[in-house]
Amino acid sequence: MMLFLLRMSLKNALRHRLRAALTLAGLAVAILSFGLLSTVVTAWYAGADAASDKRLISRSAISLVFPLPMSYGEKIRGVEGVTGISWANWFGGIYIEPKNFFPQFAVDPPSYLRLYPEFQVDEAERAAFFRDRRGCLVGRKLAQRFGWKVGDTVPLKGTIYPGTWSFVVRGIYEGRDATTDENQFFFHWDYLNEWVLQRYPKRGNATGVFVVGIREGSEAALISERVDNQFRNSLAETLTETEKSFQLSFVAMTDSIVLAIQVVSYVVILIIMAVMANTMAMAARERTAEYATLKALGFGPPVVGWLILLESVLLCALGAGLGILLSFPAVQLVGHALDNLFPVFRIASQTLWLQAGAALVVALVSAAVPAWQSMRIRIVDGLRAIA
Amino acid sequence: MNLTRVPLSYVWRNLLTRKLTTGLTAGGMALVVFVFATVLMLEAGLKQTLTATGLPQNVVVIRKGSQTEVQSGVSRSEAAIIESQPNIALDSAGRLLSSRESVVLISLKKQGSGKPANVVVRGAGEQGLALRPQVQLLAGRQFRPGSSEIIVGRAIADGFDGVQLGASLRFARRDWLVVGIFDAGKTGFNSEIWGDAEQMMQAFRRINYSALVFQLADSNGYEASRQALEADQRLTTEYKRETRFYADQAQTMATFISILGTVLSVIFSIGAVIGAMITMYAAVANRTGEIGTLRALGYRRSSVMAAFLAESLLLALLGGVMGVVLASFMQFFAVSTMNWQTFSELAFSFTLTPAIVVKSLLFSLFMGLLGGFLPAVRAARMQIVDALRAA
Repeated sequence: MMLFLLRMSLKNALRHRLRAALTLAGLAVAILSFGLLSTVVTAWYAGADAASDKRLISRSAISLVFPLPMSYGEKIRGVEGVTGISWANWFGGIYIEPKNFFPQFAVDPPSYLRLYPEFQVDEAERAAFFRDRRGCLVGRKLAQRFGWKVGDTVPLKGTIYPGTWSFVVRGIYEGRDATTDENQFFFHWDYLNEWVLQRYPKRGNATGVFVVGIREGSEAALISERVDNQFRNSLAETLTETEKSFQLSFVAMTDSIVLAIQVVSYVVILIIMAVMANTMAMAARERTAEYATLKALGFGPPVVGWLILLESVLLCALGAGLGILLSFPAVQLVGHALDNLFPVFRIASQTLWLQAGAALVVALVSAAVPAWQSMRIRIVDGLRAIA
Repeated sequence: MNLTRVPLSYVWRNLLTRKLTTGLTAGGMALVVFVFATVLMLEAGLKQTLTATGLPQNVVVIRKGSQTEVQSGVSRSEAAIIESQPNIALDSAGRLLSSRESVVLISLKKQGSGKPANVVVRGAGEQGLALRPQVQLLAGRQFRPGSSEIIVGRAIADGFDGVQLGASLRFARRDWLVVGIFDAGKTGFNSEIWGDAEQMMQAFRRINYSALVFQLADSNGYEASRQALEADQRLTTEYKRETRFYADQAQTMATFISILGTVLSVIFSIGAVIGAMITMYAAVANRTGEIGTLRALGYRRSSVMAAFLAESLLLALLGGVMGVVLASFMQFFAVSTMNWQTFSELAFSFTLTPAIVVKSLLFSLFMGLLGGFLPAVRAARMQIVDALRAA
């Protein structure tokens, strides 16, 4: 019986070829754009998703623009539970044009790479980067974007540290995981510090954040408190948190944009729901007489209901399937176009589930009213009805 | 008999008869127009906020290449040299209309969510307020120079915890007393906290100012003054009119909103156009007999086509009006988000302008035209005999 219903509803769905094709196209576009928007939202959280629970970030309690003195490093190292320490300083240089934005950090290379094992560099390149004070280490995607090779010189125009800086690419790192940010640029903090000391002696020997390696992720809260207690009431109080919450605080700063994108992604589902509901309503209206005939032949109201529901689900499944399939190349295309904006841009499995779920909801909602009406209609009225 | 125009009431009644279909199709279009209009409103709000922030006769001085006040540094000696150039306005008491400012960011918690956001704290000179007449005190009083008192912009007072009148805010090892709330209209200053520049410099242990703002005595002489200052070897600063300076500050955000909006509108409109097409094709198919009758009565092919096109346009206009009405409610909301370029919080509201209303309605009509054209052509091309027989 179910198989029969399925065959019938498939035939019904395809009765109006043009209408079915249009509806399918609409569904595919909607599910595709829903997937793209969800992927944008996921990309926003990429930094937080890639964060390790074995790392804490310590920064000035006032805000990120205030540096911490270098002497804090040794004090933090002495805190119980801390296994390693490194530091990073935002550079904010411009490569040729402001639109070529990518993050640049002045770091202490050996200790930094030890704390970030997900940045994988081959031995020779690593050693070359350590040796050259003007050297830099860049991510694979970043190198690809600008066509840099090992040995190239990269000029950056400083915005915080005025002047033109030039760095030599000594190594290209690869991410260990798919979520690792391969869009960063690292160079020697010593090089930057030397420059600052020459010009602004009072601003030297300082860094934006300390990266603190800890033994156990579960001790994060306790260790953060210990670190912050060390510097309470000092000139530069610290705020220590897990890398994840540090990254999330960036997301939070732009959360109205994330929220807007999320809302809009549901709006597209509503739009297609209206289109789909219309298709189903029209189909049911046109076939009122047929459904009445079915009833007159002795089929119960549930059969009519199932027919309409299955037709709606079939259409949505086809449309959504097409949309989901198209999502993969589309995400790659868009990701390529937006490479400078999002370091990691790929479909999460959760997005696929959401797409399928949205399609199912659209199918059920669109079928509900027509199915209900067709089930209830009296045979005589149905046979008399004109579309 | 040769009838030229199908009466509009025929078109209108057709829409009325199929309420559910009409409602759903128009509803889908309304949602698209809503998104379209909302994005335009957001962009307009952002532009309005930024252009209203500055005055054309004011000049902002920051260190060359630093782009924002927070990244910039202007030394005392440089400030003195710039203030000694002749084209600076004086106030009624004969004092220079120039403010040496110290701008930093502090992290405050947003009301409700408790999430941190970067807020601009502006240490202003004595003339800081005189230079910005758009800043008006709403409650309380002005901060006293030489004290740890601050006044808070309205968007900050409304959106953040712990900044009410009389509260004290702790940063840089001091407690700062909130003595006033100010409203600067729809400007970026509304998202700032103001205090005394010299006090801020001490508290944050800075030796350099962040920026210098002065008013031109002769606004037309801007170019000449700028060239004279740029020729001075002792200075490492750059100069922009205040209006231009703030417009540049959110260029990235404006571009982002505009690109996102265009892409979304285009993609979403595909859905709505398809919806309209389905409805109109069905209308044509269901009314084959009527079309035959109309033609038999003497209406021309072009009149039939016009009638169906009019139906589609009317449907779209209905959706467009619904969408604009929906969008107009967004004016009650404000957006507060981080501006990537300045790394600080900026509040702005959705602004509905007549141009946006017109654009949105045109956009909806365009969707109606796209959706209705092919079905209307099909209706027009029917043969009278076939059409009558089909019924």
